[in-house]
Amino acid sequence: MKDRPFRMKEPSLSQKGSLLRVLCASVVGFLFNTPRIQWRMKRFDPRLYQIGALTLLLIYGIFALNFEVTPFRAVLLLGTAIATQAICSRIKGVAFDPRSAAISGLSLALLLRSDSIWLLIAGAVIAVGSKFVIRVKDKHIFNPTNGAIVALMLLSNRVWVSPGQWGNVAFFGFLITCIGGLVVNRASRSDVTYAFIIFWSALVIGRSLWVGEPLTIPIHRLENGALLLFTFFMISDPKTTPDSRAGRILFAAIVAFGGWYINYRLFRTNGILWSLAGTAVIVPLIDLVLPAARYSWGREVSRLRGLAVPPHPETAQPRDLATA
Amino acid sequence: MPKRIFILILTFFAAAQAHAFCGFYVAKGDTKLFNRASQVVIVRDQDRTVMTMANDFQGSARDFAVVIPVPTKIERGQIHVAEKALIDHLDAYSSPRLVEYFDPDPCSPPMPMAQMAPAGVSESISVRDSASRAKSLGVTIEAKYTVGEYDILILSAKQSGGLETWLVENGYTMPKGAASVLGSYIRQNMHFFVAKVNIGEQARLGFNYLRPLQVAYESPKFMLPIRLGTVNANGAQELFVYVITTHGRVETTNYRTVKLPSDVDVPLFVRKDFAPFYKALFSEQVKRQDMSAVFLEYAWDMGWCDPCASEPLSRDELKKLGVFWLDANAGVFLTRLHVRYDRAHFPEDLVFQQTGDQRQFQARYVLHHPAKAGECKAAIAYRREVRERQEHEAQNVAELTGWNVDEMRRKMHIDSASVNPAEKKWWEKIW
Repeated sequence: MKDRPFRMKEPSLSQKGSLLRVLCASVVGFLFNTPRIQWRMKRFDPRLYQIGALTLLLIYGIFALNFEVTPFRAVLLLGTAIATQAICSRIKGVAFDPRSAAISGLSLALLLRSDSIWLLIAGAVIAVGSKFVIRVKDKHIFNPTNGAIVALMLLSNRVWVSPGQWGNVAFFGFLITCIGGLVVNRASRSDVTYAFIIFWSALVIGRSLWVGEPLTIPIHRLENGALLLFTFFMISDPKTTPDSRAGRILFAAIVAFGGWYINYRLFRTNGILWSLAGTAVIVPLIDLVLPAARYSWGREVSRLRGLAVPPHPETAQPRDLATA
Repeated sequence: MPKRIFILILTFFAAAQAHAFCGFYVAKGDTKLFNRASQVVIVRDQDRTVMTMANDFQGSARDFAVVIPVPTKIERGQIHVAEKALIDHLDAYSSPRLVEYFDPDPCSPPMPMAQMAPAGVSESISVRDSASRAKSLGVTIEAKYTVGEYDILILSAKQSGGLETWLVENGYTMPKGAASVLGSYIRQNMHFFVAKVNIGEQARLGFNYLRPLQVAYESPKFMLPIRLGTVNANGAQELFVYVITTHGRVETTNYRTVKLPSDVDVPLFVRKDFAPFYKALFSEQVKRQDMSAVFLEYAWDMGWCDPCASEPLSRDELKKLGVFWLDANAGVFLTRLHVRYDRAHFPEDLVFQQTGDQRQFQARYVLHHPAKAGECKAAIAYRREVRERQEHEAQNVAELTGWNVDEMRRKMHIDSASVNPAEKKWWEKIW
């Protein structure tokens, strides 16, 4: 089939179509992977899909799974994250973009639990604020959501993450949503997600085989909604993973091994969250050893539309501080 | 006759004595609600754990024996025998409860009153001994001694085959499939102790029931091995886990923990049928969660209760259960979890974590006694309100238990014909 994308009229980024279209297109794109659909998928900012998917998961979590988070608290987290982004953007003199902050707020609402509303607010502020403060070579170190959760768990025994609250029944629904994310995210850095799935599954299944457990046990461990969220929405964050593909695969391997070690050798919970935060610290080192071009949310879109229209001013900003 | 190994058996029975709360208590839930139920108390702070396992084994004590996996090597002195009354009290204190309120007479000033009734729980474990060929099988008898009415053997094994052979040669009947589970525990560096009843000691001590076994150990593993309990595969098993920690609710990290429906108005007949009501309610909730969830029945600071199904445990009782931080003035927070499990739905052992959640939760069901309303204008509206409330109660109980709603209405004598014609709305008189 001939690829004819460049003759089409280009909509601006802000007119990218409704969330529903994005969701539908991602499923179609996964089933019918034609070059044209592939191209159309690449035009979407993956963050828009992530915001839609996380919102759906959150609504499902609150109303069907009775997550320990109220709609009010979810909106509060979202609002705090976006407000923090606005304030920090103004202080730093960069363009305000709420998308990544929205992803951080939604992710926190999905994962972070506390009786204290102030600790939740602190989580949202730390998540977004850390992007602006903890930086090496103009690249922030910690995945905002992950960094905030780990920091709060270190500082207080009044916050927690409930990895078991997703259950396994909803797993396949989550899986489809997450795979949709991969399709939209294709232009970005899904390699780290694939690599992590492979390493993590190998370690979990390998351990069960080693100790003589039936396969139902590792399968049960892999069918976990929190693990999916981590794999598809957290570790895949292109702004905090190494720049080179080899580096990202190494990164995924270290995170997987660290998480496995914490869960199954030290017998502590939330191993992958601790491991991701710990591994994030050595990302600058990985970038030094395995250098490559820095990722920018706008670059992929700009490159693709380069032959037809000039880059959109919003995507061409020189210092994009936003990230998931 | 070979001894049999019973692994995590138990029977659930209902609550202990109810105590007064703003008046007097109603009936108590009683008798055996759940079969094959076990009760385990886990007391934990940092990595230190004291586990108490109760048992109401109904057969001959000669046949009672149990293999208990523990995460660390156990020494003499780490195993103890507790009083059954401790667990009964904990059960009564944390049981799902029934609270009743009396409506004020709409024709005179109000005087509310509340009372309540609980329903309870109970359960436990089982096994036994030998020597010299052990070593050739890779089984080491680390210690052998008598604690209370139990003969205890502390074993370390390197291969499940050796352990299985040793157990069989020493007169134990292994459930089919237990060997592979024991094997995977050995690979995970778990250790075992075997307990069997010393009939002579039991007679000397004068107990005609089996007292709970306690074991203290220090391990990062915050878990409860349930896989041995599923190998018998005689259908689903019932397990109650009481976890006592310092600062918050405990939940499972590898299964969903779901709160049992609570604070629901139910019809007055539940007062005398509380046991079947609670049993049906639990079964219905298990079905709705596809038998894949652990249920939270109680989460409360041990210092108080409101309303109390039973008084909080005393300092002395807590100490006997193994709460070792009482002198440090740290909190004592109780979580009661209830799970119905089988191998298909619960393939792996329960793993727990303590959360920072200090909100109180209790499974509580509410009765409202209508007032004998006199003849006044307010009484007409009141009676209508009561009828509407009773209809809701019928629907609530049907929803919670899966019972037929028409049957509920019949039991409650809800009948539209019973409405005084003078109190009917105008449109109700048309047809």
